[in-house]
Amino acid sequence: MATNPENAMPTPAFDIESVRQDFPILSEEVYGKPLVYLDSGASAQKPRAVIDAISSVYESEYANVHRGVHYMSQKATDRMEAARETVRAFINARDIREVIFVRGATEGINLVASSWGRQNLSEGDEIILSVMEHHSNIVPWQLIAEQTGAEIKVVPISDDGALDMDAYADLMSDRTKIVAITHVSNALGTIVPVEEIIRIAHERDVPVLLDGCQAAPHMVLDMQALDVDFYVFSGHKIYGPSGIGVLYGKAELLEAMPPYHGGGEMIDVVTFEKTTYADLPFKFEAGTPHISGIIGMGAAIEYINGLGLENIAAHEHDLLEYGAVKLSEINSLRMIGTAPEKAAILSFVLETVHPHDVGTILDREGIAVRTGHHCAQPVMDRFDIAATIRASIGMYNTREEIDTLVAGLGRVQEIFGQ
Amino acid sequence: MSDGLTDLYQEVILDHSRNPRNFGPADEADRTARGNNPLCGDRVTVFLNLDGDEISDAQFDARGCAISLASASMMTEMIKGKSVEEAKALFEKFHALVTGENGFGAGPDLADLATLSGVKDFPTRIKCATLAWHAMVAALDGTDEDVKTE
Repeated sequence: MATNPENAMPTPAFDIESVRQDFPILSEEVYGKPLVYLDSGASAQKPRAVIDAISSVYESEYANVHRGVHYMSQKATDRMEAARETVRAFINARDIREVIFVRGATEGINLVASSWGRQNLSEGDEIILSVMEHHSNIVPWQLIAEQTGAEIKVVPISDDGALDMDAYADLMSDRTKIVAITHVSNALGTIVPVEEIIRIAHERDVPVLLDGCQAAPHMVLDMQALDVDFYVFSGHKIYGPSGIGVLYGKAELLEAMPPYHGGGEMIDVVTFEKTTYADLPFKFEAGTPHISGIIGMGAAIEYINGLGLENIAAHEHDLLEYGAVKLSEINSLRMIGTAPEKAAILSFVLETVHPHDVGTILDREGIAVRTGHHCAQPVMDRFDIAATIRASIGMYNTREEIDTLVAGLGRVQEIFGQ
Repeated sequence: MSDGLTDLYQEVILDHSRNPRNFGPADEADRTARGNNPLCGDRVTVFLNLDGDEISDAQFDARGCAISLASASMMTEMIKGKSVEEAKALFEKFHALVTGENGFGAGPDLADLATLSGVKDFPTRIKCATLAWHAMVAALDGTDEDVKTE
Protein backbone atom coordinates (compact mmCIF):
# COMPACT_ATOMS: atom_id res chain seq x y z
CA MET A 1 0.00 0.00 0.00
CA ALA A 2 2.64 2.53 1.00
CA THR A 3 3.87 3.02 -2.49
CA ASN A 4 2.53 6.47 -3.19
CA PRO A 5 5.74 8.41 -3.68
CA GLU A 6 4.03 11.77 -3.52
CA ASN A 7 2.83 11.65 0.06
CA ALA A 8 5.01 8.95 1.54
CA MET A 9 8.07 11.11 1.93
CA PRO A 10 9.30 10.56 5.45
CA THR A 11 9.95 13.69 7.43
CA PRO A 12 11.96 13.33 10.59
CA ALA A 13 10.01 15.90 12.57
CA PHE A 14 6.87 14.77 14.30
CA ASP A 15 6.90 16.88 17.40
CA ILE A 16 3.63 16.27 19.21
CA GLU A 17 3.84 19.47 21.22
CA SER A 18 4.26 21.63 18.16
CA VAL A 19 1.49 19.70 16.40
CA ARG A 20 -0.84 20.41 19.32
CA GLN A 21 -0.01 24.08 19.14
CA ASP A 22 -1.14 24.10 15.53
CA PHE A 23 -4.69 23.30 16.67
CA PRO A 24 -6.19 26.32 18.45
CA ILE A 25 -9.17 24.43 19.88
CA LEU A 26 -6.90 22.14 21.89
CA SER A 27 -6.16 24.97 24.31
CA GLU A 28 -9.86 25.29 25.16
CA GLU A 29 -11.17 24.16 28.51
CA VAL A 30 -14.36 22.17 29.06
CA TYR A 31 -16.05 22.50 32.45
CA GLY A 32 -12.81 24.02 33.70
CA LYS A 33 -10.74 21.08 32.52
CA PRO A 34 -8.43 20.75 29.52
CA LEU A 35 -10.24 19.43 26.47
CA VAL A 36 -9.30 15.82 25.78
CA TYR A 37 -10.56 15.32 22.27
CA LEU A 38 -10.95 11.63 21.47
CA ASP A 39 -13.64 11.98 18.83
CA SER A 40 -11.63 12.58 15.67
CA GLY A 41 -13.32 9.59 14.06
CA ALA A 42 -16.52 11.63 14.07
CA SER A 43 -14.81 14.82 12.99
CA ALA A 44 -11.22 15.97 13.34
CA GLN A 45 -10.19 19.37 14.68
CA LYS A 46 -8.66 21.94 12.36
CA PRO A 47 -5.09 23.21 12.31
CA ARG A 48 -4.38 26.93 12.06
CA ALA A 49 -3.24 26.39 8.45
CA VAL A 50 -6.73 25.28 7.44
CA ILE A 51 -8.49 28.05 9.35
CA ASP A 52 -6.16 30.62 7.79
CA ALA A 53 -6.58 29.21 4.29
CA ILE A 54 -10.37 29.50 4.55
CA SER A 55 -10.16 33.04 5.93
CA SER A 56 -7.73 34.11 3.26
CA VAL A 57 -10.07 32.94 0.49
CA TYR A 58 -12.81 35.20 1.74
CA GLU A 59 -10.46 38.03 2.66
CA SER A 60 -8.49 38.31 -0.53
CA GLU A 61 -9.23 35.79 -3.27
CA TYR A 62 -12.93 35.09 -3.45
CA ALA A 63 -15.34 35.03 -6.39
CA ASN A 64 -17.28 32.34 -8.19
CA VAL A 65 -15.14 29.83 -10.04
CA HIS A 66 -14.94 28.77 -13.68
CA ARG A 67 -17.13 31.71 -14.65
CA GLY A 68 -15.86 35.24 -14.70
CA VAL A 69 -13.12 36.65 -16.84
CA HIS A 70 -12.23 38.90 -13.96
CA TYR A 71 -9.22 38.72 -11.69
CA MET A 72 -10.88 37.42 -8.53
CA SER A 73 -12.70 34.64 -10.32
CA GLN A 74 -9.45 33.53 -11.88
CA LYS A 75 -7.68 33.61 -8.49
CA ALA A 76 -10.38 31.55 -6.79
CA THR A 77 -10.45 29.11 -9.70
CA ASP A 78 -6.67 28.71 -9.58
CA ARG A 79 -6.69 27.98 -5.85
CA MET A 80 -9.57 25.53 -6.13
CA GLU A 81 -7.97 23.65 -9.02
CA ALA A 82 -4.63 23.63 -7.20
CA ALA A 83 -6.44 21.88 -4.35
CA ARG A 84 -7.71 19.29 -6.82
CA GLU A 85 -4.14 18.57 -7.81
CA THR A 86 -3.21 18.36 -4.10
CA VAL A 87 -5.93 15.75 -3.63
CA ARG A 88 -4.83 13.85 -6.73
CA ALA A 89 -1.29 13.60 -5.42
CA PHE A 90 -2.53 12.68 -1.92
CA ILE A 91 -4.30 9.60 -3.25
CA ASN A 92 -2.01 9.07 -6.23
CA ALA A 93 -4.79 9.16 -8.78
CA ARG A 94 -3.72 9.01 -12.40
CA ASP A 95 -5.45 12.19 -13.45
CA ILE A 96 -7.20 15.18 -11.88
CA ARG A 97 -10.24 14.29 -13.96
CA GLU A 98 -10.70 11.37 -11.56
CA VAL A 99 -11.04 13.65 -8.54
CA ILE A 100 -14.67 14.70 -8.07
CA PHE A 101 -15.55 17.15 -5.32
CA VAL A 102 -18.67 16.16 -3.41
CA ARG A 103 -20.23 17.25 -0.12
CA GLY A 104 -18.72 14.32 1.69
CA ALA A 105 -18.26 10.58 1.51
CA THR A 106 -22.01 10.11 1.88
CA GLU A 107 -22.72 12.10 -1.27
CA GLY A 108 -19.92 10.26 -3.07
CA ILE A 109 -21.51 6.89 -2.34
CA ASN A 110 -24.96 8.17 -3.27
CA LEU A 111 -23.54 9.45 -6.54
CA VAL A 112 -22.06 6.09 -7.46
CA ALA A 113 -25.05 4.07 -6.25
CA SER A 114 -27.42 6.28 -8.17
CA SER A 115 -25.51 7.04 -11.36
CA TRP A 116 -23.56 3.82 -11.81
CA GLY A 117 -26.36 1.77 -10.27
CA ARG A 118 -29.14 3.01 -12.53
CA GLN A 119 -27.05 2.18 -15.54
CA ASN A 120 -25.67 -1.17 -14.43
CA LEU A 121 -28.08 -2.84 -12.00
CA SER A 122 -31.21 -4.80 -12.76
CA GLU A 123 -33.45 -7.45 -11.27
CA GLY A 124 -31.54 -10.30 -9.67
CA ASP A 125 -28.18 -8.52 -9.66
CA GLU A 126 -26.28 -8.51 -6.38
CA ILE A 127 -24.47 -5.82 -4.43
CA ILE A 128 -21.97 -7.01 -1.81
CA LEU A 129 -21.57 -4.97 1.38
CA SER A 130 -20.16 -5.92 4.76
CA VAL A 131 -21.94 -6.06 8.10
CA MET A 132 -19.69 -3.33 9.48
CA GLU A 133 -20.62 -0.63 7.01
CA HIS A 134 -21.56 2.85 8.13
CA HIS A 135 -25.21 3.57 7.32
CA SER A 136 -23.86 5.80 4.53
CA ASN A 137 -22.61 2.73 2.74
CA ILE A 138 -25.82 0.78 3.29
CA VAL A 139 -28.77 3.06 2.67
CA PRO A 140 -27.72 4.42 -0.77
CA TRP A 141 -27.46 0.82 -1.96
CA GLN A 142 -30.83 -0.06 -0.46
CA LEU A 143 -32.36 2.86 -2.33
CA ILE A 144 -30.93 1.78 -5.68
CA ALA A 145 -31.73 -1.87 -4.96
CA GLU A 146 -35.34 -0.92 -4.40
CA GLN A 147 -35.46 0.92 -7.71
CA THR A 148 -33.68 -1.71 -9.79
CA GLY A 149 -34.67 -5.00 -8.15
CA ALA A 150 -31.07 -5.74 -7.24
CA GLU A 151 -30.30 -7.54 -3.98
CA ILE A 152 -27.86 -6.80 -1.19
CA LYS A 153 -25.57 -9.51 0.15
CA VAL A 154 -23.73 -8.96 3.40
CA VAL A 155 -20.25 -10.23 4.29
CA PRO A 156 -20.12 -11.25 7.97
CA ILE A 157 -17.31 -10.60 10.45
CA SER A 158 -15.72 -12.82 13.06
CA ASP A 159 -15.92 -12.22 16.81
CA ASP A 160 -12.84 -10.01 16.80
CA GLY A 161 -14.30 -7.80 14.08
CA ALA A 162 -12.20 -9.07 11.17
CA LEU A 163 -13.94 -9.46 7.84
CA ASP A 164 -14.76 -13.07 6.96
CA MET A 165 -12.80 -13.34 3.72
CA ASP A 166 -13.95 -16.90 3.02
CA ALA A 167 -17.56 -15.79 3.23
CA TYR A 168 -16.74 -12.88 0.95
CA ALA A 169 -15.26 -15.17 -1.67
CA ASP A 170 -18.29 -17.46 -1.36
CA LEU A 171 -20.73 -14.58 -1.87
CA MET A 172 -19.09 -13.67 -5.17
CA SER A 173 -21.08 -15.01 -8.08
CA ASP A 174 -22.07 -14.26 -11.65
CA ARG A 175 -24.84 -12.12 -10.21
CA THR A 176 -22.42 -9.89 -8.29
CA LYS A 177 -22.29 -6.48 -9.95
CA ILE A 178 -20.48 -4.30 -7.43
CA VAL A 179 -18.70 -4.55 -4.06
CA ALA A 180 -18.91 -1.63 -1.63
CA ILE A 181 -16.90 -2.04 1.56
CA THR A 182 -15.30 0.12 4.18
CA HIS A 183 -11.52 0.46 4.19
CA VAL A 184 -11.45 0.93 7.98
CA SER A 185 -14.50 0.25 10.15
CA ASN A 186 -15.69 3.38 11.94
CA ALA A 187 -17.22 1.40 14.80
CA LEU A 188 -14.46 -1.19 15.33
CA GLY A 189 -11.30 0.19 13.75
CA THR A 190 -10.79 -2.99 11.72
CA ILE A 191 -8.58 -2.47 8.68
CA VAL A 192 -10.11 -4.46 5.85
CA PRO A 193 -7.69 -6.32 3.55
CA VAL A 194 -8.83 -4.26 0.60
CA GLU A 195 -6.13 -5.46 -1.80
CA GLU A 196 -7.55 -8.98 -1.47
CA ILE A 197 -11.13 -7.69 -1.70
CA ILE A 198 -10.28 -5.95 -4.96
CA ARG A 199 -8.27 -8.84 -6.37
CA ILE A 200 -11.13 -11.29 -5.86
CA ALA A 201 -13.71 -8.90 -7.30
CA HIS A 202 -11.58 -8.07 -10.33
CA GLU A 203 -11.23 -11.76 -11.16
CA ARG A 204 -14.88 -11.45 -12.13
CA ASP A 205 -14.58 -7.91 -13.50
CA VAL A 206 -16.67 -6.63 -10.60
CA PRO A 207 -15.88 -3.02 -9.63
CA VAL A 208 -15.15 -2.11 -6.00
CA LEU A 209 -16.05 1.03 -4.06
CA LEU A 210 -14.16 1.66 -0.84
CA ASP A 211 -15.40 3.94 1.92
CA GLY A 212 -12.16 5.56 3.00
CA CYS A 213 -13.49 7.94 5.65
CA GLN A 214 -11.60 6.31 8.50
CA ALA A 215 -8.59 5.36 6.37
CA ALA A 216 -7.65 8.64 4.72
CA PRO A 217 -6.55 10.38 7.96
CA HIS A 218 -4.41 7.45 9.05
CA MET A 219 -2.71 5.71 6.14
CA VAL A 220 -1.03 6.43 2.85
CA LEU A 221 -3.45 5.97 -0.03
CA ASP A 222 -2.52 4.97 -3.53
CA MET A 223 -5.39 4.60 -5.99
CA GLN A 224 -3.18 3.24 -8.75
CA ALA A 225 -1.50 0.59 -6.62
CA LEU A 226 -4.85 -0.42 -5.12
CA ASP A 227 -6.45 -0.48 -8.56
CA VAL A 228 -9.70 0.42 -6.80
CA ASP A 229 -12.60 1.57 -8.95
CA PHE A 230 -14.24 4.11 -6.64
CA TYR A 231 -12.97 5.61 -3.40
CA VAL A 232 -14.65 8.17 -1.15
CA PHE A 233 -13.60 10.19 1.88
CA SER A 234 -14.66 13.33 3.73
CA GLY A 235 -12.68 16.53 4.23
CA HIS A 236 -13.68 17.05 7.84
CA LYS A 237 -12.14 13.79 8.95
CA ILE A 238 -8.76 14.70 7.47
CA TYR A 239 -8.56 17.95 9.47
CA GLY A 240 -10.30 19.98 6.77
CA PRO A 241 -13.72 21.63 6.73
CA SER A 242 -17.06 19.83 6.72
CA GLY A 243 -19.35 19.92 3.71
CA ILE A 244 -16.63 18.84 1.32
CA GLY A 245 -15.29 15.46 0.31
CA VAL A 246 -13.84 13.49 -2.54
CA LEU A 247 -15.07 10.83 -4.88
CA TYR A 248 -12.27 9.17 -6.77
CA GLY A 249 -13.34 7.11 -9.75
CA LYS A 250 -11.49 5.52 -12.61
CA ALA A 251 -11.89 7.84 -15.58
CA GLU A 252 -13.31 5.18 -17.87
CA LEU A 253 -16.03 4.33 -15.35
CA LEU A 254 -16.89 7.96 -14.63
CA GLU A 255 -17.00 8.75 -18.33
CA ALA A 256 -19.53 6.02 -18.97
CA MET A 257 -21.81 7.11 -16.12
CA PRO A 258 -24.72 9.54 -16.53
CA PRO A 259 -24.66 12.80 -14.54
CA TYR A 260 -25.94 12.66 -10.97
CA HIS A 261 -27.17 16.22 -10.50
CA GLY A 262 -28.00 18.63 -13.28
CA GLY A 263 -27.25 22.32 -13.21
CA GLY A 264 -24.54 24.84 -13.81
CA GLU A 265 -20.89 23.89 -14.25
CA MET A 266 -21.71 20.35 -15.41
CA ILE A 267 -22.92 21.33 -18.87
CA ASP A 268 -21.34 21.84 -22.25
CA VAL A 269 -24.22 23.26 -24.32
CA VAL A 270 -27.80 23.66 -23.08
CA THR A 271 -30.78 24.00 -25.36
CA PHE A 272 -34.33 22.89 -24.66
CA GLU A 273 -33.91 20.23 -27.31
CA LYS A 274 -30.71 18.71 -25.99
CA THR A 275 -28.02 19.35 -23.42
CA THR A 276 -24.52 18.03 -23.65
CA TYR A 277 -22.41 17.58 -20.58
CA ALA A 278 -19.06 18.89 -19.51
CA ASP A 279 -16.03 16.66 -19.35
CA LEU A 280 -14.72 15.12 -16.16
CA PRO A 281 -14.54 16.10 -13.40
CA PHE A 282 -17.11 18.86 -13.97
CA LYS A 283 -19.78 16.51 -15.27
CA PHE A 284 -20.37 15.48 -11.66
CA GLU A 285 -20.00 18.90 -10.08
CA ALA A 286 -23.30 20.67 -10.73
CA GLY A 287 -23.75 24.04 -9.09
CA THR A 288 -21.32 26.42 -7.47
CA PRO A 289 -18.99 24.24 -5.45
CA HIS A 290 -17.91 24.64 -1.83
CA ILE A 291 -15.00 26.83 -2.94
CA SER A 292 -13.54 27.67 0.46
CA GLY A 293 -14.14 24.10 1.59
CA ILE A 294 -12.15 22.70 -1.31
CA ILE A 295 -9.31 25.13 -0.65
CA GLY A 296 -9.48 24.36 3.08
CA MET A 297 -9.33 20.63 2.39
CA GLY A 298 -6.33 21.22 0.15
CA ALA A 299 -4.66 23.11 3.01
CA ALA A 300 -5.40 20.22 5.36
CA ILE A 301 -3.72 17.76 3.01
CA GLU A 302 -0.70 20.04 2.68
CA TYR A 303 -0.52 20.19 6.45
CA ILE A 304 -0.65 16.39 6.67
CA ASN A 305 2.00 16.10 3.96
CA GLY A 306 4.23 18.49 5.89
CA LEU A 307 4.17 16.17 8.89
CA GLY A 308 4.27 12.99 6.83
CA LEU A 309 1.32 10.63 6.96
CA GLU A 310 3.62 7.77 7.86
CA ASN A 311 4.86 9.70 10.90
CA ILE A 312 1.28 10.46 11.89
CA ALA A 313 0.36 6.79 11.48
CA ALA A 314 3.29 5.68 13.63
CA HIS A 315 2.34 8.11 16.40
CA GLU A 316 -1.30 7.01 16.29
CA HIS A 317 -0.36 3.36 16.27
CA ASP A 318 1.65 3.84 19.44
CA LEU A 319 -1.39 5.45 21.09
CA LEU A 320 -3.69 2.70 19.86
CA GLU A 321 -1.50 0.00 21.36
CA TYR A 322 -0.98 1.95 24.57
CA GLY A 323 -4.72 2.57 24.86
CA ALA A 324 -5.61 -1.07 24.22
CA VAL A 325 -3.27 -2.18 27.03
CA LYS A 326 -4.43 0.49 29.48
CA LEU A 327 -8.11 -0.12 28.84
CA SER A 328 -7.72 -3.87 29.12
CA GLU A 329 -6.56 -3.36 32.71
CA ILE A 330 -10.01 -2.06 33.67
CA ASN A 331 -12.30 -4.62 35.26
CA SER A 332 -15.62 -5.04 33.51
CA LEU A 333 -14.38 -3.39 30.33
CA ARG A 334 -14.82 -5.31 27.11
CA MET A 335 -13.17 -4.18 23.89
CA ILE A 336 -15.42 -4.39 20.84
CA GLY A 337 -13.23 -4.93 17.80
CA THR A 338 -9.90 -6.60 18.42
CA ALA A 339 -8.92 -7.56 14.90
CA PRO A 340 -5.17 -7.92 14.36
CA GLU A 341 -5.12 -5.02 11.90
CA LYS A 342 -6.66 -1.89 13.39
CA ALA A 343 -6.46 1.85 13.05
CA ALA A 344 -7.11 4.68 15.48
CA ILE A 345 -10.29 3.39 17.13
CA LEU A 346 -10.83 2.02 20.63
CA SER A 347 -14.42 0.86 20.94
CA PHE A 348 -15.57 -0.70 24.19
CA VAL A 349 -18.38 -1.31 26.65
CA LEU A 350 -18.48 -1.49 30.43
CA GLU A 351 -20.42 -4.54 31.55
CA THR A 352 -22.84 -2.73 33.86
CA VAL A 353 -22.83 0.91 32.80
CA HIS A 354 -24.54 2.06 29.65
CA PRO A 355 -22.34 3.97 27.15
CA HIS A 356 -24.50 7.08 27.44
CA ASP A 357 -23.93 7.29 31.16
CA VAL A 358 -20.21 6.77 30.58
CA GLY A 359 -20.21 9.51 27.95
CA THR A 360 -21.93 12.00 30.25
CA ILE A 361 -19.50 11.37 33.09
CA LEU A 362 -16.44 11.55 30.81
CA ASP A 363 -17.79 14.77 29.34
CA ARG A 364 -17.68 16.43 32.75
CA GLU A 365 -14.03 15.43 32.93
CA GLY A 366 -13.42 17.32 29.69
CA ILE A 367 -13.16 14.12 27.67
CA ALA A 368 -14.96 13.99 24.33
CA VAL A 369 -15.77 10.47 23.16
CA ARG A 370 -18.56 9.21 20.97
CA THR A 371 -21.18 7.02 22.56
CA GLY A 372 -23.87 5.33 20.58
CA HIS A 373 -24.20 3.04 17.60
CA HIS A 374 -21.83 5.10 15.43
CA CYS A 375 -24.26 4.96 12.51
CA ALA A 376 -23.45 1.28 12.23
CA GLN A 377 -26.43 -0.47 13.78
CA PRO A 378 -25.89 -3.82 12.01
CA VAL A 379 -22.49 -4.20 13.63
CA MET A 380 -23.98 -3.36 17.04
CA ASP A 381 -26.57 -6.08 16.46
CA ARG A 382 -23.74 -8.43 15.47
CA PHE A 383 -22.25 -8.00 18.95
CA ASP A 384 -25.70 -7.89 20.56
CA ILE A 385 -25.15 -4.47 22.05
CA ALA A 386 -27.01 -1.19 21.61
CA ALA A 387 -24.01 1.07 21.69
CA THR A 388 -20.35 1.39 22.50
CA ILE A 389 -18.03 4.02 23.87
CA ARG A 390 -15.63 4.98 21.12
CA ALA A 391 -12.38 6.81 21.69
CA SER A 392 -10.94 7.69 18.32
CA ILE A 393 -7.42 8.93 17.93
CA GLY A 394 -6.10 11.83 15.92
CA MET A 395 -2.60 13.05 15.22
CA TYR A 396 -2.72 15.46 18.18
CA ASN A 397 -3.57 12.97 20.92
CA THR A 398 -1.11 11.92 23.60
CA ARG A 399 -0.48 9.08 26.02
CA GLU A 400 -1.38 11.48 28.82
CA GLU A 401 -4.82 11.88 27.29
CA ILE A 402 -5.27 8.11 27.24
CA ASP A 403 -4.37 8.17 30.95
CA THR A 404 -7.01 10.86 31.50
CA LEU A 405 -9.55 8.65 29.75
CA VAL A 406 -8.64 5.72 31.98
CA ALA A 407 -8.95 7.95 35.07
CA GLY A 408 -12.33 9.16 33.80
CA LEU A 409 -13.51 5.58 33.52
CA GLY A 410 -12.40 5.19 37.14
CA ARG A 411 -14.75 8.03 38.01
CA VAL A 412 -17.54 6.21 36.18
CA GLN A 413 -16.97 3.12 38.28
CA GLU A 414 -16.86 5.23 41.42
CA ILE A 415 -20.22 6.86 40.67
CA PHE A 416 -21.79 3.56 39.74
CA GLY A 417 -20.38 1.99 42.86
CA GLN A 418 -18.13 -0.66 41.42
CA MET B 1 -17.98 17.25 43.51
CA SER B 2 -19.82 20.17 42.02
CA ASP B 3 -20.08 19.02 38.41
CA GLY B 4 -23.70 17.89 38.72
CA LEU B 5 -22.88 14.21 38.31
CA THR B 6 -23.81 13.27 41.86
CA ASP B 7 -27.13 15.09 41.42
CA LEU B 8 -27.70 13.24 38.17
CA TYR B 9 -26.73 9.82 39.45
CA GLN B 10 -28.41 9.76 42.85
CA GLU B 11 -28.59 6.47 44.70
CA VAL B 12 -32.31 6.08 44.11
CA ILE B 13 -31.76 6.44 40.36
CA LEU B 14 -28.95 3.92 40.35
CA ASP B 15 -31.12 1.55 42.36
CA HIS B 16 -33.98 1.78 39.85
CA SER B 17 -31.57 1.29 36.96
CA ARG B 18 -29.97 -1.77 38.53
CA ASN B 19 -33.24 -3.27 39.68
CA PRO B 20 -35.93 -1.86 37.47
CA ARG B 21 -39.46 -2.39 38.79
CA ASN B 22 -42.26 -3.80 36.63
CA PHE B 23 -39.62 -4.90 34.16
CA GLY B 24 -39.91 -7.40 31.34
CA PRO B 25 -42.25 -8.07 28.44
CA ALA B 26 -45.93 -8.56 29.33
CA ASP B 27 -47.77 -11.59 28.00
CA GLU B 28 -50.96 -9.67 27.66
CA ALA B 29 -51.61 -5.97 27.67
CA ASP B 30 -54.52 -3.79 26.65
CA ARG B 31 -52.18 -1.17 25.25
CA THR B 32 -48.61 -1.42 24.01
CA ALA B 33 -46.34 1.20 22.50
CA ARG B 34 -42.69 1.30 21.63
CA GLY B 35 -40.27 4.16 21.94
CA ASN B 36 -37.06 4.40 20.02
CA ASN B 37 -34.18 6.82 20.33
CA PRO B 38 -32.47 6.68 16.92
CA LEU B 39 -29.62 8.75 18.28
CA CYS B 40 -28.39 6.04 20.63
CA GLY B 41 -30.32 2.94 19.60
CA ASP B 42 -32.15 2.72 22.93
CA ARG B 43 -35.55 1.10 22.86
CA VAL B 44 -38.41 0.83 25.30
CA THR B 45 -41.77 -0.93 25.15
CA VAL B 46 -44.52 0.09 27.54
CA PHE B 47 -47.37 -2.30 28.38
CA LEU B 48 -50.54 -0.97 30.01
CA ASN B 49 -53.70 -2.60 31.28
CA LEU B 50 -56.75 -0.45 31.68
CA ASP B 51 -59.72 -0.91 33.97
CA GLY B 52 -62.16 1.56 32.53
CA ASP B 53 -60.33 4.87 32.73
CA GLU B 54 -57.83 3.62 35.30
CA ILE B 55 -54.37 2.24 34.58
CA SER B 56 -54.56 -1.02 36.48
CA ASP B 57 -51.12 -2.30 35.52
CA ALA B 58 -48.00 -0.92 33.88
CA GLN B 59 -44.89 -2.73 32.80
CA PHE B 60 -41.96 -1.98 30.55
CA ASP B 61 -39.19 -3.72 28.67
CA ALA B 62 -36.15 -1.79 27.57
CA ARG B 63 -32.52 -1.54 26.85
CA GLY B 64 -31.06 1.78 27.75
CA CYS B 65 -28.98 3.95 30.02
CA ALA B 66 -29.41 4.41 33.76
CA ILE B 67 -31.47 7.54 33.26
CA SER B 68 -33.93 5.97 30.83
CA LEU B 69 -34.30 2.77 32.87
CA ALA B 70 -34.78 4.63 36.15
CA SER B 71 -37.28 7.00 34.61
CA ALA B 72 -39.28 4.15 33.06
CA SER B 73 -39.15 2.13 36.26
CA MET B 74 -40.41 5.01 38.39
CA MET B 75 -43.02 5.84 35.80
CA THR B 76 -44.58 2.39 35.93
CA GLU B 77 -44.74 2.61 39.71
CA MET B 78 -46.27 6.06 39.64
CA ILE B 79 -48.97 5.63 37.01
CA LYS B 80 -50.49 2.45 38.39
CA GLY B 81 -53.90 3.30 39.79
CA LYS B 82 -53.99 6.65 38.05
CA SER B 83 -56.56 7.73 35.49
CA VAL B 84 -55.52 8.40 31.93
CA GLU B 85 -55.77 12.14 32.51
CA GLU B 86 -53.79 11.94 35.74
CA ALA B 87 -51.02 9.97 34.05
CA LYS B 88 -50.76 12.53 31.26
CA ALA B 89 -50.74 15.37 33.76
CA LEU B 90 -47.95 13.64 35.64
CA PHE B 91 -45.90 13.48 32.43
CA GLU B 92 -46.41 17.18 31.83
CA LYS B 93 -45.13 17.98 35.25
CA PHE B 94 -42.23 15.55 34.92
CA HIS B 95 -41.36 16.99 31.52
CA ALA B 96 -41.23 20.48 32.99
CA LEU B 97 -38.98 19.18 35.74
CA VAL B 98 -36.37 17.57 33.50
CA THR B 99 -36.33 20.38 30.97
CA GLY B 100 -36.10 22.95 33.76
CA GLU B 101 -39.06 24.83 32.33
CA ASN B 102 -40.86 25.60 35.54
CA GLY B 103 -40.45 22.66 37.82
CA PHE B 104 -42.41 22.71 41.00
CA GLY B 105 -45.85 24.11 40.25
CA ALA B 106 -49.12 22.76 41.49
CA GLY B 107 -50.25 19.34 40.32
CA PRO B 108 -49.51 15.74 41.02
CA ASP B 109 -46.81 14.80 43.50
CA LEU B 110 -43.64 13.65 41.72
CA ALA B 111 -42.32 11.63 44.67
CA ASP B 112 -39.14 9.74 43.62
CA LEU B 113 -39.37 11.22 40.14
CA ALA B 114 -38.09 14.45 41.63
CA THR B 115 -34.68 12.80 41.91
CA LEU B 116 -34.44 13.06 38.12
CA SER B 117 -34.39 16.86 38.29
CA GLY B 118 -30.61 16.74 37.79
CA VAL B 119 -31.29 15.89 34.15
CA LYS B 120 -32.11 19.54 33.45
CA ASP B 121 -28.39 20.34 33.68
CA PHE B 122 -27.63 17.70 31.01
CA PRO B 123 -29.66 18.72 27.96
CA THR B 124 -28.40 15.80 25.88
CA ARG B 125 -29.99 13.43 28.38
CA ILE B 126 -33.53 14.83 28.45
CA LYS B 127 -34.58 12.43 25.72
CA CYS B 128 -33.34 9.51 27.81
CA ALA B 129 -35.54 10.60 30.70
CA THR B 130 -38.67 11.15 28.62
CA LEU B 131 -38.56 8.26 26.13
CA ALA B 132 -40.70 5.83 28.17
CA TRP B 133 -43.16 8.61 28.95
CA HIS B 134 -43.69 9.42 25.30
CA ALA B 135 -44.32 5.71 24.72
CA MET B 136 -46.76 5.64 27.65
CA VAL B 137 -48.77 8.52 26.18
CA ALA B 138 -48.72 6.85 22.76
CA ALA B 139 -50.03 3.66 24.35
CA LEU B 140 -52.84 5.56 26.06
CA ASP B 141 -53.70 7.30 22.81
CA GLY B 142 -53.66 3.97 20.99
CA THR B 143 -51.05 5.16 18.50
CA ASP B 144 -49.71 2.25 16.51
CA GLU B 145 -46.57 3.88 15.23
CA ASP B 146 -43.35 3.76 17.18
CA VAL B 147 -42.54 6.87 19.11
CA LYS B 148 -39.27 8.50 18.20
CA THR B 149 -37.39 11.12 20.10
CA GLU B 150 -36.05 12.75 16.95
